[in-house]
Amino acid sequence: MAHSGPMTDWRKAKLPVIAFLAPATVIYTLFMIYPLLDSIRLSFYATPSGGDTAFVGLDNYRTILADPDWSATFWNSFWNNMKFFAVHMLIQNPIGIALAGILSLPQLRFRNTYRTMMIMPTMLSVVIVGFIWQLILSPVWGVGADLLDIVGLKSLFGPWLGKEGSALITLSFISVWQWVGIPLMLIYAALLAIPDDLVDAAIVDGATHFEVFIHIKLPLVLPTVAMVSILTFVGNFNAFDLIYAVKGALAGPNFSTDIMGTLFYRTFFGYQLQLGNPHLGATVASLMFLIILAGVLFYLFAIQRRLARYQL
Amino acid sequence: MNFANIRREDASRAVIVHAILLTYTLVALYPIFLVVINAFKTRKGIFKDPMGLPNADTFSLEGFTKVLAKSNFELFFYNSFTVTIVTIVIVLLLAAMAAWALSEYKFPGNTVLALYLAIGIMVPIRLGSVSILNLVVDMGLVNTLTALVLVYVAQGLPLAIFILTEFMHQIPKDLKEAARCDGVGEFKIFFAIILPLIRPAVATVAVFTMIPIWNDLWFPLILAPGDGKQTITLGVQQFIGQYVTDWNAVLASLSLAIIPILILYLIFSRQLIRGLTSGAVK
Repeated sequence: MAHSGPMTDWRKAKLPVIAFLAPATVIYTLFMIYPLLDSIRLSFYATPSGGDTAFVGLDNYRTILADPDWSATFWNSFWNNMKFFAVHMLIQNPIGIALAGILSLPQLRFRNTYRTMMIMPTMLSVVIVGFIWQLILSPVWGVGADLLDIVGLKSLFGPWLGKEGSALITLSFISVWQWVGIPLMLIYAALLAIPDDLVDAAIVDGATHFEVFIHIKLPLVLPTVAMVSILTFVGNFNAFDLIYAVKGALAGPNFSTDIMGTLFYRTFFGYQLQLGNPHLGATVASLMFLIILAGVLFYLFAIQRRLARYQL
Repeated sequence: MNFANIRREDASRAVIVHAILLTYTLVALYPIFLVVINAFKTRKGIFKDPMGLPNADTFSLEGFTKVLAKSNFELFFYNSFTVTIVTIVIVLLLAAMAAWALSEYKFPGNTVLALYLAIGIMVPIRLGSVSILNLVVDMGLVNTLTALVLVYVAQGLPLAIFILTEFMHQIPKDLKEAARCDGVGEFKIFFAIILPLIRPAVATVAVFTMIPIWNDLWFPLILAPGDGKQTITLGVQQFIGQYVTDWNAVLASLSLAIIPILILYLIFSRQLIRGLTSGAVK
């Protein structure tokens, strides 16, 4: 984007410039930047029972990562979160790309209607979506089994959300169902920006629309695919609502659906007999911050730089 | 290859394409449809014929009556509306002011400040929850809508400033120069000339700000979980937790949460999608 930089020298308008910038900067700093930094600070402190809050260095991190009571829970939620992310990358984003590709075919009728309908689940609250699927998959109601019966797969139906082995995967698919709209929209927008002549030339040369998509369009929208991937990563490692709505803070059965967000909530607020601990909570949040930061830096330096941006 | 062949190929291709699109549309919509139709049935109807539309035998509004009697849905809606609308207005105004300053005036630290304000696009505000709760407790704002508005404004500002800065770079120079030559003050230039000009970008910003706020469970759960200050998302979550075995009530409460959003979405989907795909105008 080639827009010119700021034009007017601020010395002619010091007061207006400060007045324009101050309110946003103050609220943003107070409620976003300060809490993020203060959470990291709190993770280096602890309040022993009956004692005063004191600096403890990296003790909280040692507790979460190495203490037998905590480390198994932490790594369980970390790997569950990785699986949750993997399902989104392997299922949600390819489906989103494929649907965006089909929707951007020339002369497609009802294009806007399809698009409007397909992203409808994305507009709903994660909590509502969680409950909708909980009902549909409930063996008590039996609708899930009936629906599978239509395609002749009734024998496959089981209480997926209730079983340790399948609950996390099922929740990942529910999340995919809801969020397909994001890659769909972003990649569709990128596909629309590709000039027609590029595609027309290939079609005249005898290429099929599928070949055009794979060899011309997809390489051109790779930067958007990378951006969608990092958005997916940040969103997944920050997820909480779906698991909490369907499984509660304990993320059962037997913590098999526990992810970083639910672990953070439990550590911070406590559950059942365990008391909440703001300092350990801040430690879990800081570890989440490090994971997200690592993902974002990887994207900025290893991926985004290597992807050629074509000037269209 | 003659034309008849091409046409037949095109026709069969169109059939396959529409079959795929229709299948996915069904996958996306049927679960929502199923919940809404069953909310209008008797308990017997829900279990005997879950996939049928409500008919004379099975039609019933008992679920809705129960929800409206046992919970405070009107209040939760009012809370969600208030929080969302107030937040959007504040975000739009403050973000437009900041974006205008960043795009119009040359001052030391301009780029650094723009980057600083962009951090929040990538870093989720939830990670600061421990300190946000401390802050809200210190300010005496626990269980108030004000606490939610403040946090959501901070959450919405980064992306709003980013989008509006991009947008303001496109405002023609002549317009501002003409105003300055006429001796119009800097405040007046912004409020009388620039602010009305950003109307096309307002839809985009409003969508990106609104949806995450309306749907959020985390901050209502942490900052305003009781005292009649619940938002609709939290209200539904609490209600269903309590009445989990009452299928009529559960289905009705879900429908009450879904239907307004669906109606709003269908009315505004055009602007909304234009907002989401902005930058790819064709």
